[in-house]
Parts: sequence; structure tokens; C-alpha cells
Amino acid sequence: MVAATSTTIERRGRIALWVGLAFLIIAPLIGLYPVFMMKALCYAIFACAFNLLLGFTGLLSFGHAAFLGAAAYFTGWLVRSAGLSPELGVLGGTLGAAAIGLVVGAIAIRRQGIYFAMVTLAMAQMVYFVWLQAPFTGGEDGLQGVPRGKLFGLLPLANDLTLYYVVLVVFVAVFLFIMRIVHSPYGQVLKAIRENEPRAISLGYDVDRYKLLAFVISTALAGLAGSLKTLILGFATLSDAHWSLSGEVVLMTLLGGMGTFAGPVIGAFTIIGLQDFLADRVGSWINVIIGVIFVVCVVAFRRGFIGELLAWQRRRR
Amino acid sequence: MDIFGIPIQAFLGQLLLGLVNGSFYAMLSLGLAVIFGLLGIVNFAHGALYMIGAYVAWIGLNKFGINYWVSLVLAPVVVGALGVVIERTLLKHLYKIDPIYGLLLTFGLALIAEGLFREQFGVSGQQYEVPDLLQGATNLGFMVLPNYRAWVVFASLVVCLGTWFLIERTRLGAYLRAGTENPALVQAFGINVPLMVMLTYAGGAGLAALAGVLAAPVIQVTPLMGSNLIIIVFAVVVIGGMGSILGSILTGLALGLIEGLTKVFYPEASNIVVFVIMAIVLMIRPAGLFGKEK
Repeated sequence: MVAATSTTIERRGRIALWVGLAFLIIAPLIGLYPVFMMKALCYAIFACAFNLLLGFTGLLSFGHAAFLGAAAYFTGWLVRSAGLSPELGVLGGTLGAAAIGLVVGAIAIRRQGIYFAMVTLAMAQMVYFVWLQAPFTGGEDGLQGVPRGKLFGLLPLANDLTLYYVVLVVFVAVFLFIMRIVHSPYGQVLKAIRENEPRAISLGYDVDRYKLLAFVISTALAGLAGSLKTLILGFATLSDAHWSLSGEVVLMTLLGGMGTFAGPVIGAFTIIGLQDFLADRVGSWINVIIGVIFVVCVVAFRRGFIGELLAWQRRRR
Repeated sequence: MDIFGIPIQAFLGQLLLGLVNGSFYAMLSLGLAVIFGLLGIVNFAHGALYMIGAYVAWIGLNKFGINYWVSLVLAPVVVGALGVVIERTLLKHLYKIDPIYGLLLTFGLALIAEGLFREQFGVSGQQYEVPDLLQGATNLGFMVLPNYRAWVVFASLVVCLGTWFLIERTRLGAYLRAGTENPALVQAFGINVPLMVMLTYAGGAGLAALAGVLAAPVIQVTPLMGSNLIIIVFAVVVIGGMGSILGSILTGLALGLIEGLTKVFYPEASNIVVFVIMAIVLMIRPAGLFGKEK
């Protein structure tokens, strides 16, 4: 979708990305609450990881919360109980999520299309029940009181502002990494699979291996988001692995614009902001509101914010 | 008398409970399969429709004094009408686009329904009285059979086989199957395909509601009962493959039984056994036990 844009639109896009980055750099200085911003950035990483699958490979994983939740638990356990430093904890969580992603992905890619979504949802539910019963996750209470520690033994992360910039650096790195993947020859093959899988097979690509690698990268990045979230908030709970979060990340991506780079980020900030804003105002109506946004998006707004913006730019030209 | 160290009464009791759950899996996966066949939509809202069916019965009994037997007819009609509204206003816009949008839309509908009922009734479970006629239990000699559970298994078997007969052995069913294969051609023969599609969705919704009414007295009626079930039913559908009606019924019942057995021998795994079986089936036979690879 992005590839066909003219150079002017591309230039405007680049300017918009720089403006966005500048905003994120000054955000805590202009009074935006750093913990909220960090949380939103984590979900933005999560949605970008998810979009790599849905937007650029055409695979709808309906169980992505399982990987975020797994990494959240791993990091929580590694940092709190095993006493590892935060960077090792995050690394461990990310690798753990990737390992689970490898197993789930290998099973799920045996079915195509809508079945893929159902299989990932079912596998994620299985992982959820494992966390519910496993001794180290603390069951319904979750893992509480995870310390932030010192990054590389030097930089104390207890200060919200310090941690914010660390998370921002990670977020920018993930964003650039995904752009790099999508623009690489590998990313072009992924797009070919999205557009026409039988054609990609007949061109001689081992489609299953491409899809599995995309799945593992995506789950590792989803895990990275979960690991950071545990460090920021200091706890990991079952709601990190629940199917409703898997649904929310779909909504973030859809709302922002699937198959665009900035779309999932915008979507994540919108949904997290909305939840934060509405939490004490409407109580349990929040689920109804999320559901209504879902329905409206699917019926009337399938391109999402960025997708509509691009289409409008192209029409205007 | 014991089986592998488990008292036979407890063993058969769990087996029966498994069969009861299997009946619900069968009824729901049947509806999912029929809707998917004709509409090409995986109906995530199926669990929510099942939940609404149970609530229609509960509200009917506790607010209006409508008894169980009337609810058994009323709830499917009400939920079927809701299905007509959903299909006419929302789903019909999605038939020509990628099926994932159908899943996402019905997911949104499920969230709305769940949220509304939570707002109205809270998350705690509501008890639904077993109707007088089916209270108590029958002593069969080797086990005591709770009448209501026996009725659930019997009723859902009748409904499932009736649906099978309707689809595989009647003229209406022949239209339906033809519509699944090639809607344009069936339309050209003068059959009102959009009407058929609407009625199919309404029928599937009604079936889910009927399962909800049957379930109301055996489980707690809660707003979350549908979403907990629908994910298992998805796994059942993946295991069975959505191609065959009898396949869905058999798979549903068999998985219920296996789940019941797991509860006896290794209770920790009873939550995940269906998903483990799904993973194994996908490794060996990716198209599902009764499915055809397309």
C-alpha cells in the first residue's frame, strides 16, 4: 500500500515521522505523564510487531497477547526471583516469547486464512491456562513488586524520566528495524505471500519458512513490549495474556491503518489514551465502547487513520 | 467397584458431565460450520448469542415468570431475530471482502454484548432452577443419573440430528448446500439467496441460543460464559474441519468426553486437553479429521 506513493507523499511522510519523534522526545517535558507515555509506547511496539504479521504478511494472529504475557512473566521472574539485571531480564523475556512463538507458529502455519486466526487464538488460550496454573506466575495475583534495577549496572531506572528515554530508544529501534525488514528482499517476499500465496509458492519460495520467521520475529518483538511493560509498571498479571488484549492489538492496528508504518503507533496511542481517559468515567462501559469502535472500523473505516490519510493525499494530487 | 482406582460412580459422573459439555460443543460448532459454509464468516459472536440465550431464559423466569419450556422456544426466536438484524445491518456489507473482517466484526459484537450484560448483571453467576419435571435423579443400578443432564444430552442429540437431516436430506437443505458451493448459480435458478443467507445466520444464532437455555440450569449464567466457550469451540471446529455436519457433531461429543476423562485422571490438564489435541491433529492431519483441504 505504501510502495505506490509518489515522492512528495513520501517526503511528507518522512517529515511527519520526524515531527512525531520530536513530539515523543519533548512529551514528558510538556507535562505528559511519563508512565502513561511509556505504557503507550510499549503497546505501540506490540502493535507494530503485530502489524508485521497482519499488515505486511497477511497473517491474522488472534493470540498475540500470549507472547506479550509470556515475556512479561519471564522478565518479572528473572528480575525479581533470579535477581538478574534489567537488560538480561528483558533479553530473557524476549527470547522466551520467541521460543513459544516458534512452537505456536510451527503449528499455526499449517492452516491458512481464517483458520490461522482460530488456531492462534486457541493456542494462546492454552498458554493462558498454563500461566493460570503454573507455580511461578502467582496465579490470579500475578507477579508483584518487580524492581527496575540499574541498566548495565550503571544507570538507575527508578526515575520515570530516565526509563522513559530508554523505552523511547527501544521503540525507535524497533520501528526502524521493522521498516528495514519490510523494505528488504525478505520483506518483499512477505508482501508477495500476502498478495498471492500460491503464486509465491510457484515462484519457488519456501513460503512456510518465510511465514514462520515472520511469526517468530513478530512474537519476539511482542515479547520485548511485554518485558518492558513489566519493568515500567513493576508487575505482570494474567490480563497481559488474556484474549481481550489479543483483540485490542488487532483494533489498534486496524484503527491506525494496517500495512502502514505509523498506523499501529497512532492506533495504540488512541486506544491506550481512550482507556486511560475513560477508565474512571464510564467503568465497564469501556468494553462496549471498544466493541463499537471495532464494528465501526470494520464496516466503514477499514483503511484506518493513516490509510485514509494516504488515500486522501493521493486523491488530492 | 473401581476403574483405575477411581470409584465408578465418580467416573461415570464425570463422563456424563463431559458428554453434557460435548453436547454444547456439538451444537455450537454445528451452527458455526453452517454459518461459515454459506456466509464465509467465522462468527465470533456465537458465544455471545449462546450467552444471550441463557439470559433470555433467566430474565424470562425471574422477571416475567416464563417457564423453562416456553423459554426453550422463546430464546431461539428472540436471538434468531437479533441474528436477522445483525445480518441485515452489518454482515451483509462484508461478503465480498477478506473473511478476517467478518471475524473482527463479530468479535466487536461479542465485546458489545458482553459489556452490556456485565453492566446490567455484574460478573457473578446467576442460578437457574432446574424445571420441576426434570428435577431429581434416576438410579440405574450402576450409577445415579441426574435427570436434567440426561435430558440435555438427549435434547441436543435430537437437535443436532434434526439439523443434519434438514441440511442433508431435505429440499431446503439441498438449496443451502448448493448455495455454499456456488451462490451465483443458485441465484440464477431463481432462489432468493440473500434471504437464505439471512435465515441461515438466524438459524445458527437460534441454535446457539437453544444451547444457552439448555446450559442455563447446569452452569452459572454469567456474561462471560460465551467467550470462555467460543474459544474451545473454535478448537473443536479446527479439529473436526468445518466441511461436515456429522463430523462437527461427533467431534464435539468426543472432545467433551475426552475432557471429562481428563478431569478424572489428570484434572490439572482438563483446561488445555482440547487445545493439545488440536495441536496434535494439526501436525498429523492439517485439514482436520473430517475436513477437505481446499
